[in-house]
Amino acid sequence: MSDTTLLLCFLGSTLVTILPKVVPVTFLKGDSLPAVLRHWLGFVPVAVMAALVGPDVLFYEGQFNVGLSNLFLVVALPSLLVAWKFGNYFLTIAFGIGLVVLARWSGLY
Amino acid sequence: MSSPFPASEASGGPAPTVSAGRAFAEGLSRALPIILGYVTVGFAFGVLAVKNDIPPGLAVLMAVSMFSGSGQFVFAGLWGAGAGALSIIAAVSIVNLRYLLMSAAWAPWMASLPRGIRFLLGLGLTDENFAVHITALQQGWRLRLTTLFTCNCATHLGWISGCAVGAFCGGLVSDVRPLGLDYAITAMFLALVVPQCVSRLHVLVAVFTASLSIALKAAGISQWNVALATVLGASLGVALLYKKYGWKRPPEGVSHV
Repeated sequence: MSDTTLLLCFLGSTLVTILPKVVPVTFLKGDSLPAVLRHWLGFVPVAVMAALVGPDVLFYEGQFNVGLSNLFLVVALPSLLVAWKFGNYFLTIAFGIGLVVLARWSGLY
Repeated sequence: MSSPFPASEASGGPAPTVSAGRAFAEGLSRALPIILGYVTVGFAFGVLAVKNDIPPGLAVLMAVSMFSGSGQFVFAGLWGAGAGALSIIAAVSIVNLRYLLMSAAWAPWMASLPRGIRFLLGLGLTDENFAVHITALQQGWRLRLTTLFTCNCATHLGWISGCAVGAFCGGLVSDVRPLGLDYAITAMFLALVVPQCVSRLHVLVAVFTASLSIALKAAGISQWNVALATVLGASLGVALLYKKYGWKRPPEGVSHV
């Protein structure tokens, strides 16, 4: 397709990416929201993180996979345990990446 | 103890003095795991973009102006498939709906900042930057602009570098999988979502939202899944919270705000 179309896509996509990022935080009066809305927004972090990580773990190499051949799922379960037990952010990340590296180097995955 | 409502200036007392150097270092350490993931995913984006007939220079410009992994991948995928401009822009808008929610969730914590600063912080909003900053704030971290901007700029630079290397010299780097870096972002979210679960209600919301997001994606609704699951998950949380407290106003601090 033409360069003009590509440029149009680029400008449009930039606009629809920046607007949702900046408009609420710039224009919402964060200190005078109704209580229900503040409670609702209070659940957004836990909900959005779960919504992002769930598919990351259960879709491996683009396929829905709940079996042992899904390395990310196999690694995620002990990672959750480490996160819960030690509550250490960097330790949990290093543990998870370390397990993935180990599994691949050992030839299991 | 994690997670009160944002402390008001009056109740919080004067901020402890933290040197600019320490605030900067904190920003970098917050950014580090994100950068590992961004360089890797950015690289993959650069390679894909060029393969899908996007000029390498434009691929890098997208990293600068959009700073959004999912949006850029949707763009490149649809462009490569020959989709029209309107359907590409519409698809990008849909995957970006979740930013509206995150940006709104930042608002109560950043209410004391000038509007221009809030705008600039909004430009640095990504799934990962949102998650690390809001977690720190919930855990009682006193907001420091140096830390926020250092983290946002460092991750943005990592993202641009990854995209640039992928777009201009995608052949140079072979498989990153032996380094486990394709798992970095997932590892980070697992490490962040667990401390979010401060009550049984939060665990329930997390499990419900993750399952719904997975189910929607498995059903082929892969651009709406995060925003839709988040809206329903947060609504479930509020409904159960108000049910428990009998539609009287639940005490402040019961949910993270």
